[in-house]
Amino acid sequence: MEIEAKYHPLDKYLRADRIPHIWCPGCGLGTALNCFLQALEETEIDLKNLAVVSGIGCAGRVAGYINVDSYHTTHGRAIPFATGLKLANPKLKVVVFSGDGDLFAIGGNHFIHAARRNIDMTVICVNNHNYGMTGGQLGPTTPLKARTTTAPYGNIEHPFNLCHVAAASGAVYVARWTTLHVRRLKESMKEALNKKGFSFVEVIAPCPTAFGRRNREPSGLDTLRYYKEHSVIKHGIDPSEADIEIGGDIIVGKFVDIEKHTFNEAVEELIKKARK
Amino acid sequence: MRKEQIKFYSGNIAAAEGAIAAGCRFFAGYPITPSSEIAEHMARRLPQVGGIFIQMEDELASMAAILGASWGGAKAMTATSGPGFSLMQENIGLGAMTETPCVVINVQRAGPSTGMPTLVGQADVMQARWGSHGDYEIIALSPSSPQECFDLTIKAFNLAEEYRVPVIVLMDESVAHMFEKVVIPPENKIKIVNRKKPDVPPEEYLPFKPERYVPPMACAGEGYNVHVTGLTHDEKGYPQATDPEVQERLVRRLCDKIRKNERKMRDIDEYEMDDADVAIVSFGISGRSSKEAVKEARKQGYKVGLIRLRTIWPFPDEYFEKIAEDIKKFIVVEINYGQIKLEVERNVGKEKVILLPKFGGEIHKPHEIYEKIKEVYNGN
Amino acid sequence: MKYWVKKELKPPHGKVYIIKDRCKGCGFCIEFCPQGVLQESEEFNSKGYHPPKLVESDEKKCIGCGFCSLICPEFAIYIEKEEENEEGTD
Repeated sequence: MEIEAKYHPLDKYLRADRIPHIWCPGCGLGTALNCFLQALEETEIDLKNLAVVSGIGCAGRVAGYINVDSYHTTHGRAIPFATGLKLANPKLKVVVFSGDGDLFAIGGNHFIHAARRNIDMTVICVNNHNYGMTGGQLGPTTPLKARTTTAPYGNIEHPFNLCHVAAASGAVYVARWTTLHVRRLKESMKEALNKKGFSFVEVIAPCPTAFGRRNREPSGLDTLRYYKEHSVIKHGIDPSEADIEIGGDIIVGKFVDIEKHTFNEAVEELIKKARK
Repeated sequence: MRKEQIKFYSGNIAAAEGAIAAGCRFFAGYPITPSSEIAEHMARRLPQVGGIFIQMEDELASMAAILGASWGGAKAMTATSGPGFSLMQENIGLGAMTETPCVVINVQRAGPSTGMPTLVGQADVMQARWGSHGDYEIIALSPSSPQECFDLTIKAFNLAEEYRVPVIVLMDESVAHMFEKVVIPPENKIKIVNRKKPDVPPEEYLPFKPERYVPPMACAGEGYNVHVTGLTHDEKGYPQATDPEVQERLVRRLCDKIRKNERKMRDIDEYEMDDADVAIVSFGISGRSSKEAVKEARKQGYKVGLIRLRTIWPFPDEYFEKIAEDIKKFIVVEINYGQIKLEVERNVGKEKVILLPKFGGEIHKPHEIYEKIKEVYNGN
Repeated sequence: MKYWVKKELKPPHGKVYIIKDRCKGCGFCIEFCPQGVLQESEEFNSKGYHPPKLVESDEKKCIGCGFCSLICPEFAIYIEKEEENEEGTD
């Protein structure tokens, strides 16, 4: 027999008075948040020094649920905000939690520059292939031919391969998992949190209400079953070979894990030099 | 030839259909509540009429894209709400400076910043006028019903083409999401204005030499080799970024072409104003609540009328100066903390103006306005 | 020769806790439990969803893997691993 409980062990990381959250049944964001909090539990990050920054969209609501200093900024500007936050207060651990549209459409420019500079932050992008909050419009990661409200005849645009963009821009840690690969996702999040430099974790997530419903996956369960059938783990491959297509395989794994001098270290050295 | 049609549209859909009826064949936009339906409808309809729809990566890009499309010869439009409107300001300035005809729909929501995405606001009025930097003028229209969304969007395109200026359609979330009957006139009854083309050969053409304030426009690929720049430029279009005379001449013309033609653009819906001694000034959805309140007040014998602005910018200064002679008090009803009120005050004097603001994301209830009318009368 | 072998290796056992009113009926835990010991219950929670219930049998018991715990989007289910009892060794 199951035991009825009132509280969850991870509630201490949540603003529990705001649970249940606003996300739909079957949404991948809850799972991503769950893995993230479990990752926090298992690393030794001092919560007092953790700051979570998010943008606009369903993924942007994550910041509001985590009981740390959290910042819900404007659309696409989570990364520059986080850059300022981290540089002004280097002892903070800054995590950006946002969506594919927020980080790569309007925020695309900011993403590639932060990665190029190797700013010490962790970016977790929950990729549900559309703009869910506003009703299911296409986004930069909508697969070719998929249906969205602004692509009623099927999407004609080639999507981004987010891991490729991150790696090409200079990120030092790049990994992709689906919300089905919960344990590996949690491990990757732990690695990303402990990594010095710009680390990126892409979480492929269902969006039954806005995207799945229009693309033959009416429930979150349908999408997860697809992930089960079609995910292929390939650690260490060139991310450019890991495109996502409708009906195709989803290649997941840890693609990039390198060491590089960070912007934050360089700034510190610069200040030391200038003060001599 | 399309005959008259009766449709049941929301304000957003009516605006999109109005654009198509006006000849809009290019839409670049970005989803934002409460205007996303316009983009979605254009995505479906534009290919059907041979037009192009593209969802850009952000509003900045959307505004830049419609300017480009306009120079490519198309009638172009975008639609957004407050946060997106803020992002578009830089390129609205470029549109004003380069005299590019285009239409920007701003479906206002409660702000500031992310605000209340699903609730109504009318607080972008001043931003529509002053949002970008420098001296310039734009035109802004304000519909109060889906029918007006249809009609005024067509008017917006016509004004844009005639005056070569970005025209803002200042909708609000209530009108955008309201469903009402819309009568679509037969195709030959819809008046369409197109930009004036040069009637001289390229050697004689001066791209920014005005004919009664507005120069004829030669688009890309028509053989005129026009240079278009946001820098201060002379009649040839060449940058003259250090010449005070050129600057004065240019800025003066950009502003005068709108200011001096205010009367032609004036569009005010007067209701029960003939013998009124108190007037309500309103626009958009607030105009409808106000009308109900005026009806009730008239039944009770109060001599109150409604001035509903359909063209907000350029503001009808002359009209207000004149009407101030007969009206003792102006009650400004708007869903913000006082924006049109400032314009009315400027023209009729602060003592004559009372503001009835409401900005929690709700519309005024007619009886609230009626109570204010009574208060004003009894206060006298 | 001495074999280092335990008389009987028992798989771990887990206790399943469910916060019924948080469940939104997504079905993830039920579908992906490796032991298949979760089923949709008949009862309704306060939001009208059917929370899962634990149905163990002789062959199938909760092994405390924690998959349901991690995948639940609603923080509505978690497990506690019970202490392992080892039988004696030789």
